[in-house]
Amino acid sequence: MAIIEAKKLTKIFGSDPKRTAALLDKGWSKEKIFAETKHTVGVNQADFTIEPGQIFVIMGLSGSGKSTLVRLLNRLIEPTSGQLLFNGTDVLKMSPEQLRQYRRKHIGMVFQKFALFPHRTVVQNIEYGLEIQGIDKKKRREMAMESLELVGLKGWENSYPDQLSGGMQQRVGLARGLANDPEILLMDEAFSALDPLIRKDMQDELIELQLKMKKTIVFITHDLDEALRIGDQIALMKDGSIVQIGTPEEILMQPANKYVERFVEDVDLSKVLTASHVMKKAATITPEKGPRVSLQFMREQGVSSLYVVDKRMQLLGIITAEDAVRSIKEGLPFESIIQTDVPTAAPDTVLNDLFEMMGQIRLPVAVIGENNRLKGVVVKGAVLAALSGNTLEEGGHAI
Amino acid sequence: MNLPKIPLADWIEWLEAWLESNFDPLFQFIRLIVGETVGGLESVLQWFPPLVLILIFTAIAWFIGKWRMALFSFIGLAIIDNLGLWSQTMQTLALVITAAFISILIGVPLGILCARSKTVLRIVTPLLDFMQTMPAFVYLLPAVTFFSLGVVPGVIASIIFAIPPTIRLTNLGIRQVPAELVEAADAFGSTPAQKLFKLQLPLAMPTIMAGINQTIMLSLSMVVIASMIGAQGVGAYVYRAVTQGNTGVGFEAGLAIVILAIILDRLTQQSMNKTKTN
Repeated sequence: MAIIEAKKLTKIFGSDPKRTAALLDKGWSKEKIFAETKHTVGVNQADFTIEPGQIFVIMGLSGSGKSTLVRLLNRLIEPTSGQLLFNGTDVLKMSPEQLRQYRRKHIGMVFQKFALFPHRTVVQNIEYGLEIQGIDKKKRREMAMESLELVGLKGWENSYPDQLSGGMQQRVGLARGLANDPEILLMDEAFSALDPLIRKDMQDELIELQLKMKKTIVFITHDLDEALRIGDQIALMKDGSIVQIGTPEEILMQPANKYVERFVEDVDLSKVLTASHVMKKAATITPEKGPRVSLQFMREQGVSSLYVVDKRMQLLGIITAEDAVRSIKEGLPFESIIQTDVPTAAPDTVLNDLFEMMGQIRLPVAVIGENNRLKGVVVKGAVLAALSGNTLEEGGHAI
Repeated sequence: MNLPKIPLADWIEWLEAWLESNFDPLFQFIRLIVGETVGGLESVLQWFPPLVLILIFTAIAWFIGKWRMALFSFIGLAIIDNLGLWSQTMQTLALVITAAFISILIGVPLGILCARSKTVLRIVTPLLDFMQTMPAFVYLLPAVTFFSLGVVPGVIASIIFAIPPTIRLTNLGIRQVPAELVEAADAFGSTPAQKLFKLQLPLAMPTIMAGINQTIMLSLSMVVIASMIGAQGVGAYVYRAVTQGNTGVGFEAGLAIVILAIILDRLTQQSMNKTKTN
């Protein structure tokens, strides 16, 4: 079941938002509503579901409503209309006390400008959420220290926030968000205020943390590269509306409209697309078949080499047509002509790195997954095609 | 065109009479409480031999501030004793401390209310303007009507004049807490009280202390006026010296007030800096 489900979730700012919300149902645009009623549509009938364990990225330029949308999820901003379900419970019908419990136990938050309490030490900041729940001092200190260790700040517990660098401060923010072990973590442009290098580290660490802790993360960003890097699902927003929701690949390869297309056109594909995007099915053979069958296979499939794999698709090596011919002529055993020195890459190797590799060698690159299993092959032409923006038309992913 | 004059003076006097006849028990109660507080405080201050109290003040100054402040307190208070104004100064100190204490007791919660509700702020702000600008002599009269002569109407008048900074700066201090911090406190599920005591008040403390400092200074400035309705102390000395054209005596008593003011000011400012660095 989806952990968060939003149906026509809407926020309108102004003196009479309820009545204005009805105009949206009649199909009025944001511009028309502003021109005629002076109400601002913050979020326009957003529909989406978030699955547990996902990193759900909400992306858009400033003013697109993404920060408003994330605040609707924990009702820091009160939605005007629509429905919001958390594990099937209606969040909008919660009483003030139920809402407090929801915020305390189920949904944490990390802020763009960190929002650490300057009069509290690092560990006191982290345990704030536990303290207000009335958890006793010893227990909450223990939980806070655990959280602190998780973000790699052990030893800094008694410092004050202003003694820490920006990156460290945001680690404290992250630890504070995680301390009460919520199912959902909202991150509002959490890394936008950090230096590019630190930012990349934090992104990697977040992905790692998420693998370890299986949190559902709602991540707000205006940076497409960041969204593509960490997102399992991306919702692209414009003028308060969600224009497209999809995986990073879908957003890149099948933009829903001109706006998304323009948004993604400047993406450096070589840093986003990976080997698994451009690989094609590898022509393979098992070792007991022998050289004659190999030549036959090559002729049929129009290739000049074959990957030798065992029954479980584990890669053993490669044979070329020349070697197969030589083996038949000279009566060499088949095993002796298998070249084991095969260039390989992991499925998530980005094209940028792949391209560098391929410049130095002649052979195609084998894509190897878990347990040394052969998943596919990347040829130079496919990399070039992908970089020029034509991946799916040609080759696609066969596996 | 000849419009009749609004009978404002009559209305006010009617109101005064009405309050006096209907709320007399309340006024008597306030009179009792305030009178006992000032009296009790004064007898404690007078119970100590001057030298012992001077040393205690010096020790407090040493503890809160630096040696320079301790030295100033010692010399200043010794001069007051030497001039023969010790017991009058203690009377004045009792009045000022009582007025400041009651101002804080009322002012801080009222300031918090102002910070939470725009409506309260809109009502309170003009009232504060009124209290600060209406000449003090004008509300001395009703104060005497309600509380009769003596130190109590003096304390009440001092409170009216001195309470606005505490209310204003408490309100300001809380409103100045950055919105993103308040939002963070909300996001973790704080109750309004938790937000107030764990976030807003601690961060507003330096500003609130600045308000309290101002309140103490303002109530000190009221001691001469309070003496006109029977409050004893150095203020009464100044008042008498002025009416008798006695510059020397007036200067001596005035100096005692200045010394007291500087000590109280530095003490509250120092404790203010301490809350800031924490």
